[in-house]
Amino acid sequence: MARRSLQLDEHGRLRHFLAIEGLGRELLTEILDTAESFVGVTAQAVKKVPLLRGKTVVNLFFEASTRTRTTFELAAKRLSADVLNLNIPASATVKGETLLDTLHNLEAMHCDMFVVRHADSGAAHFIARHVRSGTSVINAGDGRHEHPTQALLDAFTIRRAKGGFGHLVVAIVGDILHSRVARSQIHALTTLGVPEVRVVAPRTLLPAEVERLGVHVHHDLREGLRGADVVIALRLQHERMQGAFLPSEHEYFQLYGLREEHLAVAKPDCIVMHPGPINRGVEMASSVADGPRSVILQQVSHGIAVRMAVMALAMGATHRREATREVGTKGERA
Amino acid sequence: MSTLPEVPPLLEGMAAGLREVLQHRGIWRPCLIGIHTGGVWVAQRLHQALGAEEPLGILDISFYRDDFTRVGMNPAVRPSQIPFEVDERDIVLVDDVLYTGRTVRAALNEIFDYGRPRRVLLAVLVDRGGRELPIQPDVAGLRLELEPDEHIKLAGPDPLRLVRVRRGEG
Repeated sequence: MARRSLQLDEHGRLRHFLAIEGLGRELLTEILDTAESFVGVTAQAVKKVPLLRGKTVVNLFFEASTRTRTTFELAAKRLSADVLNLNIPASATVKGETLLDTLHNLEAMHCDMFVVRHADSGAAHFIARHVRSGTSVINAGDGRHEHPTQALLDAFTIRRAKGGFGHLVVAIVGDILHSRVARSQIHALTTLGVPEVRVVAPRTLLPAEVERLGVHVHHDLREGLRGADVVIALRLQHERMQGAFLPSEHEYFQLYGLREEHLAVAKPDCIVMHPGPINRGVEMASSVADGPRSVILQQVSHGIAVRMAVMALAMGATHRREATREVGTKGERA
Repeated sequence: MSTLPEVPPLLEGMAAGLREVLQHRGIWRPCLIGIHTGGVWVAQRLHQALGAEEPLGILDISFYRDDFTRVGMNPAVRPSQIPFEVDERDIVLVDDVLYTGRTVRAALNEIFDYGRPRRVLLAVLVDRGGRELPIQPDVAGLRLELEPDEHIKLAGPDPLRLVRVRRGEG
């Protein structure tokens, strides 16, 4: 409940966007609907709307990222905000008091929104708890916890391709254990009403009691893909190979790498997704990544519209809150 | 409190007035754009009455409002659709009720983000006075002087009718 109240204002509007968990179907749908309107902005000669004119958005990245940071930057710019990119190398010193110092310094420069990526789970929540009331925080990935905008852009891509969620079988393939994307996706898809979400992975890459999240577990790729409408391959982090999780990338590809022949058991019109960046020949064959069922590049385009929607809604609710407070104060004086 | 007039005769008057203005200004291929939601209903009727060749444009001005920082994001925003090139065209912007002029200001800004039209005309079903910006209609189906706390809106889409709303509802 603490998390829920941190993300939403007293009227249930989005104030910070930290996690999918705790958000209801109505709110997720509102974000997707708003994103639908932002898709059209790219059809304009001027690919911008003036919503966040005069606002400053800080991309606060403690962990490397190209795609997520770039699409957040473009999203903010298409909303006419000014953008500051700060790439702060994650090190033991960039924690606790130092993180707060960084934050307070940026607030002193009158920044209005922080987009935060951090290797520690809960980092965005921590920042959201300490910012001033006029500032919004967006989680762009925290440790193994959540990556909520990625999950929503995936849901958006699915909705556009399939027209809805109520009849779908979605298979998520790969490293579920370490994946914040998978966690957010599972919460988003089950909340939006997907009747069957499957996870397909070796036992070593599944969290304990993953069924509790409402998913069906498969260890065999073909079984997991049978009749699927949507197949999402997750990125395999190279560092996982060093531990005891997997024998080798080659063996992983043999068992869980998506190839054309696997997709034969899925629905004929199934779509293939990947959050990027792809390890070709590990999570999927190039022929699948570049094939007719792949919507991977659409995911990237949709990422901008969905991030515009999240930023506009969060900033809108935050300002509304501030304005109400001002009016209230004036009223008391009068 | 007087009763509000029926909408169909007002639309007929609007169509006649618009035809006259278009002819007078030498506009043979007007592009109609309706503002969500009531403006679209009115624009659909005018589009039909004029037999306009260009498809109807639809504008949702939520992203261009000047009160975003006070009221936040409109939760019911819908995509704008301008299915023609705006550059060097004669646009007829259509709305249901013209009041402060702020909606029209936002619509003009949005149109100009699609291109540079040659001319933009404004046609409204009701001009109720109370302008806060230097914006006037070229065609109005009805002109009223309402008190600041009096509001009317167009209900629809079938049938279209004008209704009074209490403050805060509109």
